[in-house]
Amino acid sequence: MNRRIALKILFYLILIALALVYLLPVYLLVLTGLKPFNQVDLKTMWSLPIGGFHIDNFIAGYKQLAPNINNSLMMVIPEALLSALLGSFNGYLLSKWKFRGSNLIFSLILFGMFIPYQSILIPLVKFMQYIKLYGDIPGLVLVHIIYGIPITTLIFRNYYAGIGTEILESGRIDGASLMGLYRYIMFPLSAPSFAVVIIWQFTQAWNEFLFAVILTNQSHWPVTVALNNLAGSQLVQWNVLMAATLLAALPTLLVYIFLGRFFLRGLMAGALKG
Amino acid sequence: MLRSFKLSPPRLILAILLTLIGTISIYFLSNTKLSIAGSNFTSIGLLVSGLIFYAGILVIVAMFEDETVLSISLLTPSIIAVAIFVYGFIGWSIRVSLSKWKGLNPDFTWVGLQQYYNLFNNDQRFIIDVRNTGMFTVGFIVACLIIGLGLAILLDQHLKGESLFRSIFLFPMSISFIASGVVWGWLMNPAIGNRITGINLIFQSLGLNSLISLWHSTPMPWGMAYTIIPAVWQLSGFTMALYLGGIRSISEDIREAARVDGASEFQIYRYVILPMLQPVTLSAVIILGHMSLKIFDLIVALGNKDIRLDVPGIYMWTTTFDGTNYARGAAIGILMLVSVAILVVPYLIQNMRTETEI
Repeated sequence: MNRRIALKILFYLILIALALVYLLPVYLLVLTGLKPFNQVDLKTMWSLPIGGFHIDNFIAGYKQLAPNINNSLMMVIPEALLSALLGSFNGYLLSKWKFRGSNLIFSLILFGMFIPYQSILIPLVKFMQYIKLYGDIPGLVLVHIIYGIPITTLIFRNYYAGIGTEILESGRIDGASLMGLYRYIMFPLSAPSFAVVIIWQFTQAWNEFLFAVILTNQSHWPVTVALNNLAGSQLVQWNVLMAATLLAALPTLLVYIFLGRFFLRGLMAGALKG
Repeated sequence: MLRSFKLSPPRLILAILLTLIGTISIYFLSNTKLSIAGSNFTSIGLLVSGLIFYAGILVIVAMFEDETVLSISLLTPSIIAVAIFVYGFIGWSIRVSLSKWKGLNPDFTWVGLQQYYNLFNNDQRFIIDVRNTGMFTVGFIVACLIIGLGLAILLDQHLKGESLFRSIFLFPMSISFIASGVVWGWLMNPAIGNRITGINLIFQSLGLNSLISLWHSTPMPWGMAYTIIPAVWQLSGFTMALYLGGIRSISEDIREAARVDGASEFQIYRYVILPMLQPVTLSAVIILGHMSLKIFDLIVALGNKDIRLDVPGIYMWTTTFDGTNYARGAAIGILMLVSVAILVVPYLIQNMRTETEI
């Protein structure tokens, strides 16, 4: 019995040590962000601020990133809502109205989830320039929705596959059509899946960099591009940079903290089939 | 083959209305520019008009009461979008990669596999990229699997605070590669002497001077190995969640049976649980592998286009959009695609087969 207790203590020690390592970057961000300008020194990176907390860095960081946070929000909100709606449609059709070849079509759609976007980047840029959606937020929204089709379809399809066909059959007896069944039976049942997909798409689009840096011009940069630019600039002090980084990461971090359950489910759906 | 046709006047009116609205707005938008809040919405407007028009057609299709046709028709817009944006664009990229397009004006002169040949034979930078990606991929996957499995086993001990620990190990996943790269860039600051800082400073104050490292500024090729650290920080928790899900889905009866047979807890993990986790390992390798083969933003934020930390994703970006060498960029993109496809396509095919059986 003693050995078991000793083992448990050892497990706890390992877990706590690892947890501290995992939290180190966040600790640095918060700590640096809360120091006044005159205490920011590379030598004292890990010391607590002397004489209380200050939020000067966060204000300075926010000033740097405010337009870009706005751009990101303008992009992410319509993107997440529309791609969830589209995914729900596709998932419903591909799980409940299978036709010959529908599994093949699903697999072909799914492949789009894995491709490195460098392999479609040149045609994409030329195409977006041609249809005059290059450089601005609406184009980025469209691109995110289209390349989001695979994952959103996958999540909804798996979710709907788990809903028994009995309920649909009873709806059919009452005379509902394909669309009627969706509208009156499936859609009202989809709330959890909508939460998963909206959160997933929100996080993905907020964190995305490649499309953002290639398809938008400077005044429409989302926050990831602006942050990367800030990090490469010699003019911005690193304490402001740390505060800005925390601000840029905050929305997805908050989503994770408060809606982590759904986030995790999206993660799993993206990873494991069935 | 028409099963039946049910004419319903209200639906017919709806169909006519929708197609009419769609047509009219397409007509107007092709002549004027639609601008909302300073952004050009003309193409989006055209797309929406087209969809409205298509919705009218769908209402008519629905009247034929053939649900297969309706289902396919409803899927068509998504199928077309994926067909163009994924497969069409891949085809177009392949064509570009077989040309000698360099400079701003498209030049589709056919040069066969010349671009690919050049990358592998006369391109120092691409050789560095391949080596870096290989090193990153192997190190990243191995580290994630070991740490993820270890954490999952630790968390499987039904300790108090399990969910708190799980959240702590998992939260880095929600942060962007860019933000992660920026923070870790400072944590792994290579400065020594007077300007020592970051993790090196911690090592110094703990008296662990031998651990002080140049991190990703270590001379080639080993600097790349350190870029794995932030990536593992972000995705080992995810691997843990995968394994924990796998472990928890193994029924307690099986473990109990092993216990009755006299197996120790360690033996149960070694001989019962680990072998049953093989499918989880396979999915984890595929997910992590496809991420690391196209690793891009993390390295951009961490290395700031440092050639020693170059990867194909960055080379493609700079050679295409800074160097306007489109043909070479396309070839790199296609090679990245091939490497991911080798990993993913067998998995997708197997997935599809098992589904059809069910």
